[in-house]
Amino acid sequence: MIGAPIFVIARLTIREASRRRLLLAVVILTLVLIGATTWGFAILTSLPCRNGEPCSPIESKILAATLLILVAFMFSFILTLGAVFITAPAVVSEVESGVALAMLARPIRRSDVVIGKWLGLATILAGYTLVTTSIEFAAVSVFVGYTPPHPIMASTFLFAESLVMLTLALLCSTRLPPMTGGVVALILFGLAWIGGIARAVGEALGADTVRTIGQVTTLILPTDGLWRGALFSLEPSLLLQGAGSGRGFAANPFFAIGPPPPEYLAWAAAWVVAILGLAVFSFNRRQL
Amino acid sequence: MRPPQNLGPAIETTELAKRYGNQTALAGLTMSVPRGEVFGFLGPNGAGKTTAIKLLVGLIRPSAGQGTLLGEPLGDRETRRRIGYLPELFRYQEWLTAREVLVLHSELAGIPSVMRARESDSALDTVGLVRRADDRVGTYSKGMQQRLGLAVALLGQPELVFLDEPTSALDPVGRHDVREVIRSLKQRGTTVFLNSHLLTEVEQVCDRVAVIDRGRVIAIGALDEVVGSASGVRVRVNGLTTVAEEQLRTHGGFTVEQDWYTFQAVSDEEVPALVANLVRLGGQVHAVERQTGSLESRFLELMEATGHS
Ligand SMILES: Nc1ncnc2c1ncn2[C@@H]1O[C@H](COP(=O)(O)OP(=O)(O)O)[C@@H](O)[C@H]1O
Ligand SMILES: [Mg+2]
Repeated sequence: MIGAPIFVIARLTIREASRRRLLLAVVILTLVLIGATTWGFAILTSLPCRNGEPCSPIESKILAATLLILVAFMFSFILTLGAVFITAPAVVSEVESGVALAMLARPIRRSDVVIGKWLGLATILAGYTLVTTSIEFAAVSVFVGYTPPHPIMASTFLFAESLVMLTLALLCSTRLPPMTGGVVALILFGLAWIGGIARAVGEALGADTVRTIGQVTTLILPTDGLWRGALFSLEPSLLLQGAGSGRGFAANPFFAIGPPPPEYLAWAAAWVVAILGLAVFSFNRRQL
Repeated sequence: MRPPQNLGPAIETTELAKRYGNQTALAGLTMSVPRGEVFGFLGPNGAGKTTAIKLLVGLIRPSAGQGTLLGEPLGDRETRRRIGYLPELFRYQEWLTAREVLVLHSELAGIPSVMRARESDSALDTVGLVRRADDRVGTYSKGMQQRLGLAVALLGQPELVFLDEPTSALDPVGRHDVREVIRSLKQRGTTVFLNSHLLTEVEQVCDRVAVIDRGRVIAIGALDEVVGSASGVRVRVNGLTTVAEEQLRTHGGFTVEQDWYTFQAVSDEEVPALVANLVRLGGQVHAVERQTGSLESRFLELMEATGHS
């Protein structure tokens, strides 16, 4: 039902972002960023490899793939920060200002507000991820002549990673002031990132304790595992073959040996649902 | 739309209480508000008025006690379709226009889409915001935002409207307008729950009042019952000797302030005899004033009696 309160709130959330020119500002900045990275790309990939000799096609491809992975990392960073910044004030600011009082006196549930906001913000994030990463991949493909193996998968993983952060920030927003909530979410993100590296290092060096601790952090906040999914989707088989046996590669935060297993993806999905449920629970208990 | 008769009270509560940690916001509210009346809810700052409204509207859950709203238990979601609410802390999405805020609330209130525009227009008209209806709320003054809040509370012809200090940000014209809105609500049979500390305002529009203090009702009833019937008379006399003053005791207790003698209990019929007596005792009478009881004096009395001063 399109008129159901959840969808009314979701549409309101999207309208707020566009009214406040948030979307416009972000889209313009991102387009500038895409232009700059593509230009840098074109220059770097056209440089000679050694003593003025042009690179072999394989060398060019590896260079392009590596650069694109770095650009994807930049996107993952922007998306994560962006998701946290737009979400951290979402619920709390309306409670503190008093906007929530008049709204919640209507025949709606508090869960309508939480889930409606989540839906609206997730839609914005999905639209933004899809548009910007598509433009980036298309620009690189046209101007540099390189296309990553699974661009759509990569975009989807980047979206999923930022959706995890969005959901976490929304949970924070039911209790904590915007600034505090944002900082808490980002610190957890940083821990999960280091945790992901710890897991890979532990695995590579056979250090079980380190590996286990790392493994646990990637389960507590499944951002790093999803980032590795995006990475893997961007690695051409060439890059993977070259890495094959090297253990040290596993510890590289810009390299993934394999895609995340389906169980991990299921876990990530369940995590999002559970945290969203927790956000509803938390807001239900909150005093107004 | 007049509510059907014999439906029972609009609001009924028994020992309704709210605690925040070890802070008691409302100690135990027991009262009944009949339908179709304007009910004034008075009390000093921090008495628990806003807390009581939030409990009734269902924004917070009681720590103890219970109540009904339009015949349904407190907190019932569907019942909220039939009420309007202007919070004490009124704020609306500043990036929307007033009209958009009203359409949003119409949607949330479940008003059918074909009626939303008409409902919004009529609410805007009632509160006098038509001219600025398409400006962003962020550009509004506090007073205009409060008018918008009143419009939001009026959407969809609610059976019961809660107004928490509805004139706190308004100028005298705005206050007058709000009184008119309340009167017209009463005329169409709407129950109005008015939370205010502006006693003269309450006196002008309310049929019934409750005075609460520290979360308990200390007086409740029809306005004139609570105020008490007029019983005093003030007379400006000079030339009375102390002996003459003694003889005036037959008219009951009185106080003297310069030339003004205030008799606390003299009925209308006794006034001519009192004046005649004053003249007989050698007094020169310059003025006689009937003392009408006011809500304010009654309120101050109640506060004094409960240990505020
Ligand atoms: N959310 C809250 N947390 C703690 N104490 C509160 C809260 N809301 C109200 N109170 C306390 O409850 C009492 C009654 O407050 P309130 O209902 O706002 O009074 P009134 O509206 O009559 O001025 C006050 O002492 C206030 O400090
Ligand atoms: Mg109050």
